[in-house]
Amino acid sequence: MSRDASRNMPGNTRREPISDTQLLLSISIFVFIGMYALAIIIWGGGFSRPQQLFDMLNNNAYLIILSCGLTIVMIAGGIDISVGGVTALVVMACVVGLETQGQSVGASMLMAVGIGLAFGVVQGYLVSYLNIQPFIVTLAGMFFARGLTTIVSVEPRTVKNAAFLALKDARIEIPWLGYTAKNGSLIPGRIEGGVIVALILVALVYIMLKRTRLGRNLYAVGGNAQSALMLGVNVRRTRFMSYIICGLLAGIGGFVFLTHTAAGNATNAAGAEMNAIASSIIGGTLLSGGVGNVIGSLFGTLILSTIKSIVQASGLRDPWWQSITTGAMLCIFILLQSIVLSNRSKGRLSRKLTRGALGQ
Amino acid sequence: MKNDIRQSGRSRNDFTQLLIPIIAIVSLFVFNMLRDPSFFSIALTVNNEGNYVLAGNLISILNSASELAILAMGMTLVTSSSGGQDISVGATAAIAGSVFVSALRNGNITPPVVLLGFLACCAVSILVGAFNGVLVAVFKIQPMIATLILFTSGRSIAYWINGGATPTVSSPIIKAIGGFIPGVPVPTPVFIVIICCLAFFLLFKWTNLGFYTQVVGINQRAAHLNGINSTWIKILTFMILGICVAIAGCIRVSRLGLINHETILAEIEMDAILAVAIGGNALSGGKFKMSGSLIGAYAIQALTTTLYAMKVSSMEIKAYKAVVIILMVFIGSPVVKDTTNRLLRKLTTKKIPAIIERS
Amino acid sequence: MQNDIVLSMKKICKTFPGVRALHDVDFTLRKGEIHAVMGENGAGKSTLIKVLTGVYQKDSGTINIEGADGEITIRSPQEAQKYGISTVYQEIMLCPNLTVAENIYIGRYKDPIIQWRKTYKESGKILESLGIPANPKQQLGSCSLAVQQMVAIARAVDMDCKVLILDEPTSSLDEKEVKMIFTLMRNLRSRGVGILFVTHFLEQVYEVCDRITVLRNGELVGEYEIESLPKVKLVEKMIGKTLDDLSLIHKKEEAYKEDTAPAYEAVGLSSNVCTNSFDFKIYKGEINGFTGLLGSGRSECVRAIFGADKVSGGEVRIGGKKTRINKPIEAMNKGIGYLPEDRKQDGIIEDLSVRENIILALQVMKGFFKPFTRSEAEAYANEFIKSLGIKTPSADTPIKSLSGGNQQKVILARWLLTHPQYLILDEPTRGIDIGTKVEIQKLVLKLAEEGVSVTFISSEIEEMLRTCSRLIVMRDRSIVGELRGDEITQDKVMSTIAKGSERDEE
Repeated sequence: MSRDASRNMPGNTRREPISDTQLLLSISIFVFIGMYALAIIIWGGGFSRPQQLFDMLNNNAYLIILSCGLTIVMIAGGIDISVGGVTALVVMACVVGLETQGQSVGASMLMAVGIGLAFGVVQGYLVSYLNIQPFIVTLAGMFFARGLTTIVSVEPRTVKNAAFLALKDARIEIPWLGYTAKNGSLIPGRIEGGVIVALILVALVYIMLKRTRLGRNLYAVGGNAQSALMLGVNVRRTRFMSYIICGLLAGIGGFVFLTHTAAGNATNAAGAEMNAIASSIIGGTLLSGGVGNVIGSLFGTLILSTIKSIVQASGLRDPWWQSITTGAMLCIFILLQSIVLSNRSKGRLSRKLTRGALGQ
Repeated sequence: MKNDIRQSGRSRNDFTQLLIPIIAIVSLFVFNMLRDPSFFSIALTVNNEGNYVLAGNLISILNSASELAILAMGMTLVTSSSGGQDISVGATAAIAGSVFVSALRNGNITPPVVLLGFLACCAVSILVGAFNGVLVAVFKIQPMIATLILFTSGRSIAYWINGGATPTVSSPIIKAIGGFIPGVPVPTPVFIVIICCLAFFLLFKWTNLGFYTQVVGINQRAAHLNGINSTWIKILTFMILGICVAIAGCIRVSRLGLINHETILAEIEMDAILAVAIGGNALSGGKFKMSGSLIGAYAIQALTTTLYAMKVSSMEIKAYKAVVIILMVFIGSPVVKDTTNRLLRKLTTKKIPAIIERS
Repeated sequence: MQNDIVLSMKKICKTFPGVRALHDVDFTLRKGEIHAVMGENGAGKSTLIKVLTGVYQKDSGTINIEGADGEITIRSPQEAQKYGISTVYQEIMLCPNLTVAENIYIGRYKDPIIQWRKTYKESGKILESLGIPANPKQQLGSCSLAVQQMVAIARAVDMDCKVLILDEPTSSLDEKEVKMIFTLMRNLRSRGVGILFVTHFLEQVYEVCDRITVLRNGELVGEYEIESLPKVKLVEKMIGKTLDDLSLIHKKEEAYKEDTAPAYEAVGLSSNVCTNSFDFKIYKGEINGFTGLLGSGRSECVRAIFGADKVSGGEVRIGGKKTRINKPIEAMNKGIGYLPEDRKQDGIIEDLSVRENIILALQVMKGFFKPFTRSEAEAYANEFIKSLGIKTPSADTPIKSLSGGNQQKVILARWLLTHPQYLILDEPTRGIDIGTKVEIQKLVLKLAEEGVSVTFISSEIEEMLRTCSRLIVMRDRSIVGELRGDEITQDKVMSTIAKGSERDEE
């Protein structure tokens, strides 16, 4: 409150309270580090090798990209559940393009981006300019993409295009982060190209959110759309942009998925949208909009895959354990966030009250 | 609430709310009429058990929409009270179905055993509903996120209950529940839906559930100050949805005679939410109209059946469904509505002076 | 003097389906003046502002603004901003999740890339030059309402606005905060900004304004210099009749007896937001009031009585019998009604009909399993629509489409329907027109005559002076005095509040 601030300002070293976004981000980073450290202590071996982390990144590069897109949409107060479907469609379309149409790798990349953009544009238009509920629009988008995938090809297919396979097998090798295998040879740390793409995209999105007009408008629209409108933000265009970027990222994510698997299947990336949403939430993005961070989403993805690795490492090999523990962790995480945020707002309330009491 | 910039003031009356789903069903029927009038033929045939039963696309729509209709009704309540949706209904149905099946596999399947199995499965899904409800109402977590937990793990829990198998049940009673009661030509699930509708009707008539739910959904603080326990109302709506899930799960298990945790009622949560939205209910909660959701559910099934009749494969159906959904919401969208209203008004205002001149 | 004029609106008309909101309204704003637009609810103030800010399009009429050649049309808030028209609303139209600095600049960044250092530095300068106590890097949501309001004004000022519209910026602020806003307004006036000020508080108009334009029923009554228009005249012009009504309000002195047990008595009551425990009692047929500045804890006290917050301690007696009230429903069942301070947030169920809003409290008391039949509900609703004169097309109309005053009447009807023995009215007259205010005050007096105990809270002390026979004075969340009978005068109230502060410092 005013008096509080005026009292604090002169002597105070301009310490501003940590924002909700930063708070939630730091929680997820700490949890990731804590969990990983715990895994190293208990199971050692695999977890202490950097390759374990690299594999997690390699397997989830596409998911990181998808959750970047979702983070953007969620910050602007929307939701996009079509990303998994778009990924599957892109994968299938590229496989068919590469195999039967004789497409070049570059052309299929363009096609991937084009499909993603097309979904983004149509969904974004329907949501932002026609005011249709985003859940319904993107649900239809998901149905459409999944349906189209089977129309493109029902049969699972693999890519045999030489140029593509070269791209797929390209690895960045980091010898000093490698480990010595049982037979004595040094196996360097290996990172797939998709991971680099994902990390670059995370950085780009981070800069976009933090430093560009569009990024700040996204936060404003998600925080309070009515206010943002009154403040002169073009709310519709901002929402539109969020879906376009999300669609674009889903397209890229699809191609990255393909470089990891080199195979198309109608059930590819099943449930990816929910995993991406979960990653964003764990990373501190609120579904209600206005609060979120893309770095958090990266850590969210890593937390989810660490859970998987831990479940495997702890010998729970029955297939159901993995998703049950994921669910349990998700539950703990969501509760933790809810408790932290509500305590925070309570703290704010009591501060307000004491200020009111001291004020006059 | 803050996410949508609301169209100012204009209240939609009851009829316009139901207009979209009704138009959808009618236009589907007209389309089928033009395409192939035999779509509507209903025949009395003899099924494998030697009963006389009705068969035909209309019966098939009525029959196969049953689970969806029941879930849509429950989903409407949850949507209204919490302003969000339960995306775990499919997974919960898998759990409920597994409990039902494992209860039946312990001995002879007699009516009391079936009833007990059903009650057990109701108890479990009410418990699941309460879990979701507590997360939403007590811990103030958005419903979609709270139910994401069971969405992720529910089917695995079902798998765990089944011990990793896809157990089957077979008994005349189960067949009667999922198919036809001997001597009755109408499928049993249709009657179950009617019973559910009746139950909801009486629930709204004899209790204040509908009224309180809307009050809580629209203004929770005011609800509190007027003595309504909004936490309890929210949990209650989730528990009622739990019962709906149990019923839907049991119908589906009885229909198939087995439970497959992966595929039972897969993605039905999406359809249920869609039914609520097509019924003209705001997904942000508040005022609701259950009949809208019900008609919405049948509209979705009518679409699916039409597509099946056109020999579209079950996977491809999704793409066509998406197009129709988009068309529907496009027609129903506020912007399009306003534009057409404005056009209509322009037309009428132009006409009136012309008429006056002539007279 | 012609070139002094920054804004002139002539013959503005605006019609909504079925309502003539503005009819041939003129409005002129000069450089460096604070110009109040006054009128009852529905007089057309907000429509006028919305036409000016481009939220609505005018049907006819002309708008001229300094710096633009000829007539201008304003189609959107953005366009209004381009012409130098900025608005600060009662409800803060900023983004609480962004920093103070961002709220000043969002929506008008010129470059696609943001330079944070520059943003913080320049916003710091603006805040400092206007004397606003906020840190640019602070999240806006963590600032007080007054500071948020001031940030909104700072934003407008930084946009080189020629016309600043303040739409009830003070209605949720306490007196001290209002003073801060006024200092800021005078500061801006001296810089030559034309300020259009809308408020319901007459005192504030006379404290800070230079000129008044009065509207009534969508038509212009006239434009007046502040000196030439005494308060009584202004009110007359606003409601279109002389103020006899007000003088008709007489309270009956000491209509209640103190020798019987109090209708309600609390000892050492406290709640989780009203942490200082307090004693309180009220007799049958008594009207008492809690007074004190906003934030002095008056609302928190009555909320504790009603059990609206978590009650943390104390003893409650009703009619001499010991009892417990921990939840609103318990209070309701013991014959207590509570009309909350914030009508929109705590009172109305906006999408539901007037009928459902009226029967709500009684329905809850009757029980979950005993809903009213449609005809019962209709009868109750129609009874109160008639007796309170609620202006609504029908009982089925959603309450959100009613005007503020009529919404308030609906909430009142909701509680009257429960036939309370003790009715708590927290700011029942805030933000509603004078006509309705008078009606509500009369109603309160009538209720007391019928034997209902009433606790009345209002920011306008005059209202309380007119109605209450006992005033409890609060400061800093505790009771600092009690006035009764002849003691109840404005001076006495003020001095009690002031004395309280002296005692604190000792």
